[in-house]
Amino acid sequence: MSAGFLFVAVFLACTVEAVEALTIVLAVGLTRGWRAPAYGVGSALLVLAVAVAALGPALKLIPLHTIQLVVGGLLLVFGLQWLRKAMLRAAGIKAKHDEAAIYQKEVEKASGVSARAGAFDSYSFRIAFMGVLLEGLEVVFIVLTFGTTQGDIPLAAVAAAAAISVIVALGVAVRVPLSKVPENTLKYVVGLLLTTFGLFWGGEGAGAKWPASDASILVVLAILAVVSAGVVQLLRRGQRAPSSAAAGSGLASELTQS
Amino acid sequence: MIAKWTRAFALFWYDFVVGDDWRLAIGVILALGLTALLAHDTSIAAWWVSPLIVIAVLMGSTLLAGRKARKA
Repeated sequence: MSAGFLFVAVFLACTVEAVEALTIVLAVGLTRGWRAPAYGVGSALLVLAVAVAALGPALKLIPLHTIQLVVGGLLLVFGLQWLRKAMLRAAGIKAKHDEAAIYQKEVEKASGVSARAGAFDSYSFRIAFMGVLLEGLEVVFIVLTFGTTQGDIPLAAVAAAAAISVIVALGVAVRVPLSKVPENTLKYVVGLLLTTFGLFWGGEGAGAKWPASDASILVVLAILAVVSAGVVQLLRRGQRAPSSAAAGSGLASELTQS
Repeated sequence: MIAKWTRAFALFWYDFVVGDDWRLAIGVILALGLTALLAHDTSIAAWWVSPLIVIAVLMGSTLLAGRKARKA
């Protein structure tokens, strides 16, 4: 493999991982604010930097499957809760309000801490942290694996840095247009994305081999979108209570309005 | 102070993992556990197990919530 091929191979592989991390960060940032996800990203990068500096090539010994299983499982469980709420809101069964703010108040009440405006969002922090840490570790593995076999780790690192820079720039560019999407539609999509990534990483961590590798993410996402939209339609059809009409107009109408 | 912090921490993780419907968390454990079992102990492809169980649990949970809302 020439230097050019090494660069392209690492660049493309790292682009895939960076897109996955960006999707998670954009998802939580757009729906819950940017402060906590930014801290999550920063903390994950710090942990990665310390791990790389301390362990170097020995990082390849870290059991990636175990990390994938834990992170994937947590993302899956959180994504499912998020998706379920968004589906119920879209069907008009659940009112459209800020569940997280209510939960935060409950936690603060239970712990005796008075409610503070602009309190730190631990959910967003953890999700952004886990997503970036996992994908960051995969990027490090790609650099170490390709770089070691070709005897040029610095070039592999440059290719990875270039891929990440391109994807970060892309993320900054799409942030503003995405912020104009209606809130429940955004939350619905975030639920779908978190569930999809949770299924993908959790499945890989458990030992499953996806038939189309990373491209399977798109297939799983499409299946989940179709099934969940079908369930929302079923729920809306089954809603006979007069209050349902006032509770919300559903995802379909939101999508047509946006 | 430590007791309050521990309680808030435990509440956070309980809500993170269990949330509104405990069936979702059980479904995830079942899905990943069965996937691991198939992947490691048999020669059967295991990738389809998690999506199947997760979709079934999600459908069951939301449809049940819909039925409860209609009865209320």
